[in-house]
Amino acid sequence: MSAVLFVAQRLSAAVLAVAVAVHLATILYAVRGGLTAGEILGRTRGNGWFLAFYVLFVVAVAVHAPIGLRNVMREWTRWRGATLDLAMAACAAILLALGLRAVIALFVA
Amino acid sequence: MSGAKPIAANVPAMMLMGFAFGSTPPTTERRNVMMLSVEIWRGTSSGHFQPFEVPCRDNQTVLDVVTEIQREQDPTLAYRFACRVGMCGSCAMVVNGRPRWTCRTRACEVAAGDGRLTLEPLRNFTIVRDLAVEMTDFFDKWRDAKGYFEPGAAPAADFAMVPPASRERQAADAGIECIGCGVCYSACDVVAWDKDYLGPAALNRAWTLVNDVRDRAHDARLAAVSGASGCLACHTHMSCTNFCPKGIAPTYSIAGLKRAMLTRTLRGRR
Repeated sequence: MSAVLFVAQRLSAAVLAVAVAVHLATILYAVRGGLTAGEILGRTRGNGWFLAFYVLFVVAVAVHAPIGLRNVMREWTRWRGATLDLAMAACAAILLALGLRAVIALFVA
Repeated sequence: MSGAKPIAANVPAMMLMGFAFGSTPPTTERRNVMMLSVEIWRGTSSGHFQPFEVPCRDNQTVLDVVTEIQREQDPTLAYRFACRVGMCGSCAMVVNGRPRWTCRTRACEVAAGDGRLTLEPLRNFTIVRDLAVEMTDFFDKWRDAKGYFEPGAAPAADFAMVPPASRERQAADAGIECIGCGVCYSACDVVAWDKDYLGPAALNRAWTLVNDVRDRAHDARLAAVSGASGCLACHTHMSCTNFCPKGIAPTYSIAGLKRAMLTRTLRGRR
């Protein structure tokens, strides 16, 4: 792992430490409060705070997870080099696309 | 170290120095002597364990046991030692599954209970034969980590004043007593799965030099240890710290390198 990847992984981990806690608390609030899907969508639709928070969350996941996966692949398999880096970049792109798609869907729903 | 005459000539000097090796046990001890059952690895990467029986003696070290076997039972046994007082780091082996310096490990302590000793060469090294390992890669990694002092193009003309209480000096002091025995390297899981990993000893040495205010290669050293097989590969299992016979904590040295490398990267250096 290069120094830049190390820094990116640590910084994204710091973001995720907060974001995951907020995310879980939000889930507990939504479930325990007995909110319906319509009520949840009513809260997320057009909510700039929701959009900013979850975009940050998704970006942090898209940075953090592929770097960690790359380390695991390097340590447990013989996969190295440009193909591994490309595969992990694709993994980051997929996570980013799927995550942003979900966030935007809830924002404009 | 082979040949009966030099050994015999050395024995009185050794005894004068207080070593138990080669001494005859007292008569009272002989009447009811307890025997150690010793299994020793024979061969290279492929081989087998060979059983030996050795009398258990007071204050007997594991190195004494190996030496007694080599000199009185099987002269073909290969092992390595030099100082026998915990200074040179050449006698490290795996004793009952744990890497140790054998000259400072009492046999009765590790064989307590069943009187069994299992001796293997250090892990993560190429085995030369029996208990002797090849340490070239280990010390090459010290070089690769720039584990040597760099005075710079214009060395200081006078002595450097380094206050003992300064943060850098204390950080360097914490890791400076490494004797290069290879115990941490043998215990390290990351070395086991990544043969290129620099290892705890080389990184610990690099950290002492990063904290040496006289050194002029800090940036080059941090670059050398920041690669894929450098300090970032450490998983903080702390086996090195757990097993280091000198009580050094290479894990903390590696953590220090990570912090220094983080700062260096945030400042735009790669």
